[in-house]
Amino acid sequence: MPIWHINCVMDWLNVKDNRPTNININTIKFPLPAISSILHRISGVFIFVGIAFLLYILELSLQSESGFTSVLVLLDHFLVKFLAWAILAGLLFHLIAGFKHLLMDLGIGESFEAGLLGARLVFGVSIIATLVAGIWIW
Amino acid sequence: MVTNVTNLSRAGLYDWVVQRLSAVILLIYALGILSSFVLYPDMGYEQWKAIFSSSFMRIFSLIALLALCGHAWIGMWTISTDYLTNRQIGSSATFFRLAFQAFCVLLILIYLIWGIRIFWSIE
Repeated sequence: MPIWHINCVMDWLNVKDNRPTNININTIKFPLPAISSILHRISGVFIFVGIAFLLYILELSLQSESGFTSVLVLLDHFLVKFLAWAILAGLLFHLIAGFKHLLMDLGIGESFEAGLLGARLVFGVSIIATLVAGIWIW
Repeated sequence: MVTNVTNLSRAGLYDWVVQRLSAVILLIYALGILSSFVLYPDMGYEQWKAIFSSSFMRIFSLIALLALCGHAWIGMWTISTDYLTNRQIGSSATFFRLAFQAFCVLLILIYLIWGIRIFWSIE
C-alpha cells in the first residue's frame, strides 16, 4: 500500500506517532495500481523540472528564424533527443494516468478488478505512446 | 500529520477542484500542441510563429500557464506534505518541507514570468 494511503488512514484514525508502523518499502507489496500511482507522482515532479527545458526550447524557437533553426540543430543532438524523449515519456504517462484518474473521479472503474485493469491499460497505452514518441523523435 | 497549512486555497475541496480543472485545461493544451506536430511535421518558423501569435493561442497559452502553476503547486504541496513529514524523515521535516515548498514557489514564479514574456513578446 502506498505510503500516503497509510498516512491518510493513520491521520484519520488519529493514531499516535509512537505506535509501531511498518512503512518499510522492502516488505510492502506494491500492486500494479500502486506502482502506477507512485509513477504518476514521480512523473509529475519530473515534468515540473522539465518545463524549464520546454520553455527554453519554446522561447528560442519563437525568437527569430535563426532561433528556430538553432532549435532544430539542438534537437538533432543525441542527448537532447533523449532528454526530449524522456520529458515526453513522463508527460505522456502523467497525462494517461491523469485521464484514468479523472474517469475514476466520475465513478468509472472504481471496483477492485477495474482498478487493476485500469492500471494495466495505463501502462499498456503509455508504453505504446512512449515507443511511438521515440520513433517520431528519431 | 502536517498541521501548518500552505496549500493553495487553504481548503482541500477547492484544491481538489482546481487540480482537476487545471488538469483538463493542460490535457487539451498538450494534445493541441502535440497534434500540431503530427499534422504539420515539416512546419517552418513562420507557421510556428503564426500559431502562437494568434489571439486565441496567446490567451489559451496564458490560461494553460496559469493552470500549470496552480496544478504544479497543488501537486508539489501534496507530495511534500506526504513525504517530508516527521514520520518519514524525522524531526527536522518542517524545515525541509518548507525549504522544498519555497523552492517550488520560486520555480513556479520563474515559469510564470518567463512564460508570459515568451507568449506576449511574439510580434
